[in-house]
Amino acid sequence: MRARVLIRPKEGILDPQGQAVERALPALGFEGVSHVHVGRLVELDVDDPALLPEMCERLLANPLIEDYSIERPDADRWTQDAGPDAPRG
Amino acid sequence: MRFGVVRFPGTCDDVDALLAARRVGEAEILWHADADLKGVDAVIVPGGFSYGDYLRVGAIARFAPVMGEVERFARSGGLVLGICNGFQVLCEAGLLPGALLPNTSLRFVCRQVELEVVNAGIPWTRACEPGERLSIPAKHTTGRYWAPDDVLDALESGDQVVLRYAPGHNFNGSARDIAGVCSPEGNVMGLMPHPEHAVDVLTGSVDGLKLIGATG
Repeated sequence: MRARVLIRPKEGILDPQGQAVERALPALGFEGVSHVHVGRLVELDVDDPALLPEMCERLLANPLIEDYSIERPDADRWTQDAGPDAPRG
Repeated sequence: MRFGVVRFPGTCDDVDALLAARRVGEAEILWHADADLKGVDAVIVPGGFSYGDYLRVGAIARFAPVMGEVERFARSGGLVLGICNGFQVLCEAGLLPGALLPNTSLRFVCRQVELEVVNAGIPWTRACEPGERLSIPAKHTTGRYWAPDDVLDALESGDQVVLRYAPGHNFNGSARDIAGVCSPEGNVMGLMPHPEHAVDVLTGSVDGLKLIGATG
């Protein structure tokens, strides 16, 4: 099964990469952009998607500094269905 | 004192660490794929870019076969020193608290920094005086020490903050100017600056020997 893991810097932790992007956009004339954060996307095929939360906790994300969410294709759309605060199973 | 210096693919400060350790004792390389510490008395996890730092600094290296042995060694009281990337690996492995984030400048910085010894009572700092200043080079892009405030409070009250950047030297934005921390028992220490590059007057400072040589 195809899955996507989205990894973001935890809220409240200074994100200089997001700030750099936020400053660059108005320089190109794009106004009205705020709260920019830059994270990471991991796409993978996985036989047992139930293992995804543990994969995230142990390797794909560092739960101390990053939040993650797991998306799986549902019919032809991607749905967000899990993360550290979401029900599992 | 016999040191083991861990070498991962992508490690680049292993030879300097080896030569620095040989100034104060014996030293040999511990290969990442061998779950064998060769009976050494202390382990140095040196700087570099272990496994390319792919995914996240130190994230993949912590699962190397040698690291299982380093974890067992550390948890049984063995002396472990993590320098730069080695510090990042020890944090990822949960042997040290906190994490290292990109410098606030987002730039690679290479400069001599002044450090203040906060805790001179652990094996790695016992050659120092409390409050003593050490001049040691730092060179990294991902060295901003971070931990939640309650963890930082606990580190300070538990004497686990070992080294701070002196005023004006916290170039990477580390929380509370922290440059180095230790485990609750003090046997495991990690720091971002490079004591192994400060062992000869030719390069400006021998203060690094105070840390590496303290365990002898």
